[in-house]
Amino acid sequence: MAEIMADCNDLKDGATVMLGGFGDTGVAVKLVDALRELSLSDLTIVSNGAGGGEYGLALLIKSGSVGKIICSFPRSSDSKIFEELYAAGKIELETVPQGTLAERIRAGGAGIPAFYTATAFGTPLADGKEIRVFNDRHYVMERSICADIALVHAATGDRWGNLTYRSTARNFNPVMATAASTTLVEVRKLVDIVPPEEVITPGIFVDRMIEVGDYI
Amino acid sequence: MKLSSADIARYVASDISDGSYVNLGIGMPMLVSDYIPEEREFILHTENGMLGMGPAAAEGEEDWDIVNAGKQAVSILQGGSYFHHADSFAMIRGGHIDISILGAYEVAANGDIANWLIPGPRPPAVGGAMDLVAGAKQVWVMLSSHVSKNGEPKVVESCALPLTGVGCVNRIYSDLAIIDITADGPLVTAMMEGLKREDLQAKTGAILNFVPKCEILKSFKNEA
Repeated sequence: MAEIMADCNDLKDGATVMLGGFGDTGVAVKLVDALRELSLSDLTIVSNGAGGGEYGLALLIKSGSVGKIICSFPRSSDSKIFEELYAAGKIELETVPQGTLAERIRAGGAGIPAFYTATAFGTPLADGKEIRVFNDRHYVMERSICADIALVHAATGDRWGNLTYRSTARNFNPVMATAASTTLVEVRKLVDIVPPEEVITPGIFVDRMIEVGDYI
Repeated sequence: MKLSSADIARYVASDISDGSYVNLGIGMPMLVSDYIPEEREFILHTENGMLGMGPAAAEGEEDWDIVNAGKQAVSILQGGSYFHHADSFAMIRGGHIDISILGAYEVAANGDIANWLIPGPRPPAVGGAMDLVAGAKQVWVMLSSHVSKNGEPKVVESCALPLTGVGCVNRIYSDLAIIDITADGPLVTAMMEGLKREDLQAKTGAILNFVPKCEILKSFKNEA
């Protein structure tokens, strides 16, 4: 796995890393493990959750590589590793509504610096943000998120980087693929060609890819 | 006499019109999918990227690529589809979801809702709740009990807990009543069999209005 991360200038201390997945579904666990082995520091992770159990993101956090997490749901029945560091003030958290998180990433990939959404108006998650009224409704300005690295899990990929995903393992992966300087992809199966009509992520968004098999 | 959570789910399901796109929150709202009337089709949306969500996967037949927002293994029905998170929340934010059904700690007379955070040492987690209440065409709240464990009203004049959204709840289904949130405040349209208006008012922290002839709610538990 290490070769996919070799000589990548975007993999550095302080980097922002997007991690696809929702719970355990559609997470690029093998890439996360390879990232952990680089022993980087002060990473900002953009992900829906903050990891659970003792694998994947939770282990990356435990290793001390992560300084901040931007996510919607940092709690689960087994999110002990993150919660202990959070309680000790050793990791920073930015809680973002799930749809706003997805749209901030989409906007980042689409070259849109900020947008307005009604989500979170009047709540603590809009504190300090610009509010504007359009058509008699209040909207909160949210800034886009771009990353140095995205770690994506896909079902199939071809040599042009075209990707497909399987059912709800798609989740954040296609949006994150668009929003990073370098997008690294683990695919379950490398194929000769992904039929153009079936491509979900066009290869323009993909930089490097590695086949990992059906390990989940 | 009170309605069970299953009774409440049955009343909610009976009020959803055929062909509606519905998002059911994690927990009690998911019971609604067990009581879809036979002649009706609801298309269930799960915000992690599926329309046409079907029942939970049978034990031993779980496919962990097919999960719901509660991270449980589910199934997909004919006519269903998968999509990414930004599309999923475009459906919500763009007003394409007909009804979002959620639980709540508190609902205020003006439709404010608090259902995401009880301040404390644990990290604040919001998920999709704020997007759903702000974006769905209709927001319905299910309360398994009209008052909290300590007897405090959950329907209040204004919420004490941090808000999830402002002025967004359209209807409340509790174990005692069905209440519409109107421009003039809460309007009771249905009440538990045998319950007096003043008793419901005593368990409620906001001033209630009543339709002239409230529907009578009955428990279904004696039905075969």
